[in-house]
Amino acid sequence: MTTALVPSVSNAFSSREARLGACGLILVILIAVVLPWLLPDPAVQCLSCGALPPSLHHPFGTDQLGRDVLSRVAGGARISLSVAFISVLLSVLLGGLIGTVAGYAGGWVDSLIMRGVDGALAIPRLFVLLLVLAMITPIPLWLLILVLGTTGWFGVSRIVRGEALRVKHELYVQAAEALGARGHRIILRHLLPNTAGPLLVAATLGVGDVILLEAGLSFLGLGIQPPTPSWGGMIQDAGEYLFTKPWISIFPGLAIVVTVLAVSLIGDALRDRLDPRNA
Amino acid sequence: MTALLEVTELRVSFPAGTGRSWPVDGVSLHIDRGELLALVGESGSGKSLTSLAMLRLIPPPGRIEPGSGIRLGELDILSLDDKTLREVRGRRIGMVFQDPMTSLNPVFTVGDQIAEGIRAHFPVSRREARDRSLALLTEVGIPDPASRLRSYPHQMSGGMRQRVMIAMALACEPDLLIADEPTTALDVTVQAQILEILDALRKKRGMSVLLITHDLGIVAGRADRVLVMYAGQIVEEAPTERLFQRPSHPYTQGLLASVPRLTGPRTRLTPIGGAVPTPDAWPGGCRFRPRCPQAFDKSELPPPPLPVEPGHTMRCWLAEPEGL
Repeated sequence: MTTALVPSVSNAFSSREARLGACGLILVILIAVVLPWLLPDPAVQCLSCGALPPSLHHPFGTDQLGRDVLSRVAGGARISLSVAFISVLLSVLLGGLIGTVAGYAGGWVDSLIMRGVDGALAIPRLFVLLLVLAMITPIPLWLLILVLGTTGWFGVSRIVRGEALRVKHELYVQAAEALGARGHRIILRHLLPNTAGPLLVAATLGVGDVILLEAGLSFLGLGIQPPTPSWGGMIQDAGEYLFTKPWISIFPGLAIVVTVLAVSLIGDALRDRLDPRNA
Repeated sequence: MTALLEVTELRVSFPAGTGRSWPVDGVSLHIDRGELLALVGESGSGKSLTSLAMLRLIPPPGRIEPGSGIRLGELDILSLDDKTLREVRGRRIGMVFQDPMTSLNPVFTVGDQIAEGIRAHFPVSRREARDRSLALLTEVGIPDPASRLRSYPHQMSGGMRQRVMIAMALACEPDLLIADEPTTALDVTVQAQILEILDALRKKRGMSVLLITHDLGIVAGRADRVLVMYAGQIVEEAPTERLFQRPSHPYTQGLLASVPRLTGPRTRLTPIGGAVPTPDAWPGGCRFRPRCPQAFDKSELPPPPLPVEPGHTMRCWLAEPEGL
């Protein structure tokens, strides 16, 4: 989007860790996009072929209900990544907008919003999620995304507010005011784009957080509902076979580790490049 | 000539410690149509705040004190609602800032930024706005304007960016262009070009220009009238030639003596001793008194603007016949 941002972002991938992260993430995305087209339906059960160890026919083996673990991992990738990306997008939009408004308006508006955010940050996110999701059953997917998205923007808004305070005093904002630009145009055109760096970092790291959260919630049965495959849910289902038939739970666990690690590596590399204060 | 903008007894205050300070303290001035008025003063004399006040852009917690007056033609700037105020900003009064390196948004192309101002004030299509931006870039002397429209600020030099800033300020054909130290951040050769462009556009469009500067050198030969500002007040006002021929206020004399001259006898430069006092500690009486070589007993009283000759006034008791 911005010329200043593009070279910085591409520079960020000059480190080995960042490239490793990028490869990992691309791999997971490919798995999510391509594999479900090639593999058997993750919901199809086959009682006669239950809990088979990995083989050529079932590279990751089958679970206790005879479902192919690889297709379930791929299906879970689809769900996990979509949930994470959409809810983080929501968080970033909310946090970006609220943070810039607070930073630009200043005064009591700023105080009100930021004290509200401080209060919200004092309540553990997992607690809020458990509370909300436990009240509503079954949980539709869109609601899970909405809840994850609306509880994830507090930190983002803080970062963006700080940036907005800095950018607000740039001369080009003053110049825009002197040209008679309206408040919302200044926020949308001048403040928000110039906070894109830290926003991108927060978003990337947020994706890792949400994947972990979603896996945790699904593990507790409060996230994605069966029969839709999800990594957390798969680990939960396979709990009793952890030692006797480890492949059923190890592969979804590995998928979580690889994805979160990849996202964190990318996020750290971006932060080193774009957000010098936290480097 | 009729006054385009009239400022009366402008006072701008900022909180300072337990009380308030007045970095602009009783400025009255008028700008005529088509005139190039120069406002000269050292850093901290209040000249930038004076110009920001004209657009009500004083950054909080600063404020314009009640009793101040700013009139643009029939409009009372200080009592405008936000909507009308936005129409004045850019449309009636344009502004060019000191530092072209930071006055442009780094994430948008130059064309986008010029068009933004146009579209904020006129109901034109994107295409029309683009065509106008192109014409403006040509007008401010940017070579290859069509491709420059698509450039980002960091791809341009300081002089080019300042031209873009001027184009932005001119986009809505304002009656008054305020140029706050437009050349301070530029090379000397580029300075001259920028001033030429400003002057040419002023004559072509018949607009007024308020040129704010600390450099008396760029005022000579360009401005119609000069106001010298010191410690939040205008201390001398004169037509440009008169100011240079007969600088009357000891501060103006000091300023001129500290500018090197290429012609005339070679003399040592004489700097003015000390520095501009800070707004929370303006000296009582004449504000220049602590630094003034000609201070006398009467300087302990604050001098009002006193006539030196027709059209030439100064805030100094020396202007009184018995003082001379």
